[in-house]
Parts: sequence; structure tokens; C-alpha cells
Amino acid sequence: MEDQAQIDEFKARIDAGGKVEVGDWMPEDYRTRAIRFIEMHGNSELMGALPERDWILRAPSLRRKLALTAKIQDEVGHGQLLYRVAEDLGKPREAMLEDLIAGRTKFHNVFHYPTRTWADVAIIGWLVDAAAIVSQTALRSSSYAPYARTMTRICWEEAFHLKQGEDAVLTLMAGTERQKEMCQEALNRWWGPLMHMHGPNTPAERDGDLAWKIKTKCNYDLRQEFLATYIPKIREIGLEVPDPNMRHDQATGSWLYTEPDWEELKTVVRGAGPASQERLGFRRFNYEETRWVRDAVLGSASVAA
Amino acid sequence: MDTTVGDVYEVFRQEEQGDPFRHAGNLLAPDDDLALQYARDLYGRRHESVRLWVVRRAAIMEVKDADLLASQLDRTYREGAGYRITVEKRKALRARVAAERGEAK
Repeated sequence: MEDQAQIDEFKARIDAGGKVEVGDWMPEDYRTRAIRFIEMHGNSELMGALPERDWILRAPSLRRKLALTAKIQDEVGHGQLLYRVAEDLGKPREAMLEDLIAGRTKFHNVFHYPTRTWADVAIIGWLVDAAAIVSQTALRSSSYAPYARTMTRICWEEAFHLKQGEDAVLTLMAGTERQKEMCQEALNRWWGPLMHMHGPNTPAERDGDLAWKIKTKCNYDLRQEFLATYIPKIREIGLEVPDPNMRHDQATGSWLYTEPDWEELKTVVRGAGPASQERLGFRRFNYEETRWVRDAVLGSASVAA
Repeated sequence: MDTTVGDVYEVFRQEEQGDPFRHAGNLLAPDDDLALQYARDLYGRRHESVRLWVVRRAAIMEVKDADLLASQLDRTYREGAGYRITVEKRKALRARVAAERGEAK
């Protein structure tokens, strides 16, 4: 049983902008929420490598192949960094990998969808990464300091991901009619998932992760920030935002849009998205294929012991 | 911690020659050799570090003494910033010396 006075003292420290380090005492609710949040982030990095992996061989030039390979390497690296942070909070990596492939834990909605053309890869690199950077930049002020520091590192690498995606989109939009069409089609396909990405507009007072400052901005604000920066950038290069209601409201200063279908988001992240099972299947296959590496490493641990 | 997968190592990185080493993060490794290899992969592969220090977490000791490290007492007497008043004092004194010497304003 936890001491309420100790919890109150912890909460007061968080509210005053205090940071938590790995060895510090923390309430169980804080620990559980931090693990779940960071684990989901780590899962998403690992699963996010898969849609792009499909395109290494098909990327249109050597430079694009190299960039894509480097981006994928970064993402798997982010998965490792994040799993380590979650692991330090008490959940072993093997348990996280097993929960992921069994479908017991979640990963970001955008990685449940297939990539149809090279333009999908370009749009993902630019806009999915941009939306992720908005969230991750805010997480640099998370109350859980090891996570916040990891975000600083990850954002630094994400800057390249975003730029290579933007470069690919700009190249397509400066190309032939067919290339422009392909890019617009990709944007149309990804618009729904992009609008889902920051999550439903859960009121701040009902968001426990926000109360503990594990995350620092509410979903609505993150989405507004994304729209404010990227709607003008999308429009100025000749792309159309596939939402007739998307406009900036001068009176309130916020962006108005068609409310996304939140049921679709729920269905997708439960593992029933168009590519969910294929991706998890590949992750399971990969987990089995690389088992010998883990066995070899565990073997060397027992020898060293 | 699950000891079957090894020990926790903390990694410190130096970004430029002469910079202080800063904590980068930590990793789990079954032995020292693999700890060094993982540190390279995680914190050196993008040429973001000129040196890496890797140390077992168990070897790190911490001073936990709030009286010393986060004292509630006023300690500004031992900081340069505790003497900003010198600007005002100098101004006032300069004026007084000038007046005593009968200098024009």
C-alpha cells in the first residue's frame, strides 16, 4: 500500500516542474503509465521500420536507397533506446517483444496501413514524421527525465527523416503530371491516418499521462500545431488537402476540419487495420529468425557469469 | 532486473574535443565487449561523438545530500550573481566622488 502523503509530495514535485530519474521513488500509477506510454512509442518505432523496409529495393535512386536504409536503421535504434528506458522502469525487453507480436500491446495507427507507391513512402517520410516530431518535441519536457533526454536525441535524427521525405515529395511535385497525381493520391490515402495520429480530443483533465506530465501537451493542441505548420506547406507546393472543411478560423486562431472517424482509429490500433496482421506476422517471423542471436548473447552472459 | 540478460551500463559521450562528457543513456549487455559494441551502435554511428565512456551502473556512486546539493539556505554570498548590487553601488559612489572633487556633471 502506497503512502498517500508520499504520492501527494511526488505530485507536487511534478507540478512544480520537477523531473524524475530512474532510481527515484515513484507511485505505481506513474510507473505503469510511463511504461505503457514509452513501450507503445518503442513498438511504433520497430513497426514503423516495416512499411519502409518494403521500399529499399524499389527506391528510385541509389541516394534514396541509402537514405531510406539510414532512416530505417535510425528507427530500429530508436526502438532500442525506448525499450531500454521502459526496461529500466521494470518491464523486460523480451516481455515487450512478446506482447507486441502477440497483439497484446499497441503501436501507432499509421503503421497499420499498406504503402501502395513510392509516393506513399515520400508522404510518410515528410508528414507522418512531421506529425511525430510535433509530439516528440513536446516530449522533451516530459517529467520522466530519461525519456525526455532520449527524445532530444531522437528529434535530432528525425530532422533528417523529415527532410528526406520532404525532398522526395518536392521532387515528385516538380515532376510529370503522373508523378504529381501519384503524390496527391498518396496524400489522399494518408490524410485519414494523419488526422488520427495525435489521438482523440481527450479532455486534459481526463488524461492521466498528462496529469503526471509524462506527456506535456494534449492531443488537440498537438494536432493544431501540426496543421498550423503543415497545411500551408502542403498547399503551396500544389497539393490539395483532401478535406473541404479544412480552414483557419481567424476568430479563434485554430484550424477547423472534418472530425476524423475515431471508430476507425480504435479498430485499427486493436490490430484490425488493413496491414496490421501482415506486419505483425513479419515481426513474429523476424523474432523467430533472430532467436539464435539472442540465444548466443544470453549464452555469452551465462559464460561471463 | 532480469540478470540473465546482463548488466546495465551507463554511456557518456563527448560531442567535440574539449567538451564535457554528458550522459547519453544506458544499455544492457551481457559483457564488457558487447557493452562497447552496443555503445558504438547506439551513440557513435552517426559521428555524433568523438569519445564514449561506458561504465557499469553498479560502479557509479551518488552523493544524496539535500543540505549540500539543494540547500534551502541563501547561498548567494558565494556566487558572482549575488553581487549585482555592485553596479548600483559603483554608480552612486562615482557620483559622490565626482561631487567631492567639484567636477561638473
